[in-house]
Amino acid sequence: MKTGLFSVFSALVLLVSGIFFPWSKTMLIIGLCYGLSALGVAIPAKSGQVSFGHAMFACVAAYSVAFIARAFPAMDGLLLLVLATLFGTLFSALLGLFVVRYRGIFFGMLNLAVSMVIVTLLGKLYNLSGGTDGIRVERPALMGMLTDRSEFETLLLVLTLLVGLSAGWFYQRFTQSATGEALAGLKSNETRLEYLGISAHKVLWVGYVWSGFWVSLAGAIFALAQGLVTPDMGSWTRSGELVFIMILGGASHALGPFVGAAVFQAVKLFASAYMAGVWQMLLGLTLLTVIAVAPDGILGAWQKRRESLRQGASS
Amino acid sequence: MNPVLLSAKDICLSFGGVVAADHIDFELKTGERLAVIGQNGAGKTTFINICTGYLQPTAGRVVFDDHDITGQSPRSIVRLGLGRSFQLPQLFTEHTVQQCLEISAAARSRHLSWLTSLSSSVDQTEVFETLELIGLRHVANEVCAELPEGHKKLLDVAMALMLRPKLLIMDEPTSGVSSQDKHGLMALVMQALDERKVTSWFVEHDVDIVSRYATRVAAWIDGKIAADGDPQTVLQHPQVRQEVLGEMAC
Repeated sequence: MKTGLFSVFSALVLLVSGIFFPWSKTMLIIGLCYGLSALGVAIPAKSGQVSFGHAMFACVAAYSVAFIARAFPAMDGLLLLVLATLFGTLFSALLGLFVVRYRGIFFGMLNLAVSMVIVTLLGKLYNLSGGTDGIRVERPALMGMLTDRSEFETLLLVLTLLVGLSAGWFYQRFTQSATGEALAGLKSNETRLEYLGISAHKVLWVGYVWSGFWVSLAGAIFALAQGLVTPDMGSWTRSGELVFIMILGGASHALGPFVGAAVFQAVKLFASAYMAGVWQMLLGLTLLTVIAVAPDGILGAWQKRRESLRQGASS
Repeated sequence: MNPVLLSAKDICLSFGGVVAADHIDFELKTGERLAVIGQNGAGKTTFINICTGYLQPTAGRVVFDDHDITGQSPRSIVRLGLGRSFQLPQLFTEHTVQQCLEISAAARSRHLSWLTSLSSSVDQTEVFETLELIGLRHVANEVCAELPEGHKKLLDVAMALMLRPKLLIMDEPTSGVSSQDKHGLMALVMQALDERKVTSWFVEHDVDIVSRYATRVAAWIDGKIAADGDPQTVLQHPQVRQEVLGEMAC
């Protein structure tokens, strides 16, 4: 309950920041999209399966936005988001049928391999996808409203915050549900899962599809916010960043990936401003520090600290 | 006369040159408490693995509760009512004891919720009754990885019991448990099986346990059943005394 209130309060703070500092709106939306995607990556990670290709779902959804908007220029932005998310999710459902049969490094690398095929196709099929230059996405009407850039960004920020809160609520419910606990059980003992009559493939598939859904939704929002989609969105480095954010923030609570995304963006911003030549090194050092000091991520460390303080107080 | 619950006809399986199941014919009737004895490598676990879908025989068929289960997946066999516990307990090590039973209870319903919490999607009364029955109520909130071996064994059995099986196969339920704790553990398990009216079959190396808790004994030697019948007769069988009990006495 307290965490829920904190999340709503944080969302309001972000919204107010966006309104008072209009230059920060796009940055906030993109940061939230990263958090949302990392939250998606955290779902199969609950079962011990880390995907190094999940950015492909964001890419598929983003290109769906671009293709649909090009074919139907008058289509509302909200409908674009719905359709693009649907395509991304369907793609994850189909791909999931194949990849959930694999575990560990094979699961991770298969996702990466498929994402690289998609990125390469998008880069090479110039007439269809615009090649590495990508496709511009014109600003659509949003919820029936034709807006200027600033109003559009405000509406999109509100929408993204609402999506973020819903995703957080979903993640908390899902991970504590029977499917979520079975997914976590898959990590420690797949044999027992099967001997309880539970299909490990099916449980992982359900998690994978939900994961694909949230990453796709983030990708679709990203496309509208950025106004441009490029194959880079699905590159393995982008997928790596999502895993990075998940580890940085921690996956023990829905807030973790968003905290991770905020820290990631802040470090990236700081590093590119003051250490432009070696910004990746700073990110790497940050991750190393987090793994060494707080292996459960920033939020995991905070939760542990709170727990130990509570135990100390009660004893 | 009680009906046959599980039957195996002419089961064969080899691993390279090692014959693990050599034309085995076997029947288990409802209500029986079968103890399977034999040297290490005699093929006891292999036969369990065949009956529970982990291994597929090269010949023969297995019928459980009038369903041909030969070559079926463990999942489908479990759903027919054949539960199993393992020599090395198969637990969700990062979950608590209570959560393990809750997952088992949810598994029985076959519909795993997405948004309702696990604890509220299952009947807690049944979970706590089972914990009480198997003597694990006091460790309900303990994480499985931190349990002593005896508790792990009991939990392994309890998870299978939550599925309300018709038959429970237990592979060495007392292995890894100290000799003074073995009888207590078996007493709890057998009491739970009696209360839930579950037919059982367990692999065991301890003759005292076998004589006390089994109503029937089958002795495995080199992938074959060398003797099968009431405990007194089988334990006195010359070949069993020489090749199985001699080994066990060591």
